[in-house]
Amino acid sequence: MAVTGAVLVLFLVGHMLGNLKAFLGADSFNHYAEWLRTVGSPALPNRTLLTIAEIGLVVAVVLHMWSAVSLARRAAKARPVKYAARVKPQAGGYATRTMRYGGVIILLFVIWHLLDLTFGVVNPKGGQATPYDRLVAGFAPDRWWVTVFYLVAMAMIGLHLRHGLWSALQTLGLAGRYKALKAGSTAVSAVLVVGFIAIPLAVMIGVVK
Amino acid sequence: MSERATSTGKAGMNLTLKIWRQNGSSDRGRMVTYEVKDVSPDMSFLEMLDVLNERLTLEGDDPVAFDHDCREGICGMCGMVINGVAHGEQRATTTCQLHMRHFEDGATVTIEPWRAAPFPVVKDLVVDRSAFDRIIQAGGFISVPAGSAPDAHAVPVPKDDADAAFDAATCIGCGACVAACPNGSASLFTAAKITHLGLLPQGQPERASRAKAMVEQMDAEGFGGCTNTGECTAVCPKGIPLDAIARMNADYLKTASK
Ligand code: HEM
Ligand code: SF4
Ligand code: FES
Repeated sequence: MAVTGAVLVLFLVGHMLGNLKAFLGADSFNHYAEWLRTVGSPALPNRTLLTIAEIGLVVAVVLHMWSAVSLARRAAKARPVKYAARVKPQAGGYATRTMRYGGVIILLFVIWHLLDLTFGVVNPKGGQATPYDRLVAGFAPDRWWVTVFYLVAMAMIGLHLRHGLWSALQTLGLAGRYKALKAGSTAVSAVLVVGFIAIPLAVMIGVVK
Repeated sequence: MSERATSTGKAGMNLTLKIWRQNGSSDRGRMVTYEVKDVSPDMSFLEMLDVLNERLTLEGDDPVAFDHDCREGICGMCGMVINGVAHGEQRATTTCQLHMRHFEDGATVTIEPWRAAPFPVVKDLVVDRSAFDRIIQAGGFISVPAGSAPDAHAVPVPKDDADAAFDAATCIGCGACVAACPNGSASLFTAAKITHLGLLPQGQPERASRAKAMVEQMDAEGFGGCTNTGECTAVCPKGIPLDAIARMNADYLKTASK
């Protein structure tokens, strides 16, 4: 859980920073997309970096889901008889309680997101347009519901990471700085969420066009 | 209802209790509703159950079985899930130290045993916690020649370590952490023991093997996996902190990577 989660977080950091290139204009963004495809060439064949990243991500997501499912199954086995009274959570961790179904929502989002901006299947411009055109068309003002969906999904990711990051540090044995680790995880999650939502919002209100 | 005033000024309370009754491990068990009248707010939760049990006994019914011993919050025997919270909603309090003044007159109170597969119900509210004993047996000790007591200060212990070890050592093994954990994990209990011994010089020689053995025993007993929800530490009558679990993981990972 912790290790696969960490791989996904590293990906998210890179992905968020790359996305911000949209603010530097179409050329910069398209060049970046091109660079991802051709980095290392001609020494390496095209898409080397992308293919490695894609395989890594698929493996991480699958193992992450596998760990989540096995934890849930162990939990169900450890408490075969449920409490009759409604269990009142005492720790107040809202983010903590959304990990399992929140994870599923994030997965559904990731699928839509790939169909939208990677394969262009559900994108008005289709798969042949440049990445920048797809981005601008995808979040066009009249497709505000797409933007809303992205915002909700980013909020879910923020919650997921708020607990997940700290939980991973705890799992990896970093003791003794409880408050600092918790605050740090919240801050990193917040920065990621803000960085991600800036782009759909900017496109919708016409700052990026 | 009698209007007899008590030292805290509240009159006797009437309560509706919904209690888990289970006649032995093979019985399926069920919730049974009882009325208790004229409960003094000064009574502890267990004394309130004593009142109910006296009446049940006089009426020829089977009294409600529950575990208890010291009744002063130090032995770890008592424990029940009260209105969905292990040891009740009062923080840092064992069931025996929970007082009836925290309940409203006329309230309905649900009382259930700890629910975890490794803690099978023996009868009513009594569960078998020997799984904890086996975790301790797996490594929750130090091997020393038990001759005469050594001189005080023969082994210096830094004050911070001594304090943290002492805090961890206050775990009374009640099992509330398991009962409250959505995953049914015993990590807080096991981590408290590992922290307690692992912070002291006497605990160093066996530190790595201890973490490995105790964690493996914990898993073998069928407790769930920890996802750091923090429910355990919130209900723990001794306030054992989540840091202990990180320390256990650190010790465990050190052995695993060797
Ligand atoms: C595919 C569906 C997903 C499910 C069912 C899921 C479920 C979970 C669960 C149950 C946990 C453990 C929570 C805990 O420790 O309390 C977790 C942790 C985590 N998740 Fe996900 N998740 C999913 C997708 C994602 C995605 C797409 C990302 C990255 C954006 C992600 C990042 C993380 C991180 C960083 C952790 C922390 C690891 C740890 O706790 O040790 N998850 N997830
Ligand atoms: S850690 Fe706290 S809740 Fe768990 S057994 Fe020890 S005293 Fe009880
Ligand atoms: S009876 Fe001893 S701790 Fe409650």
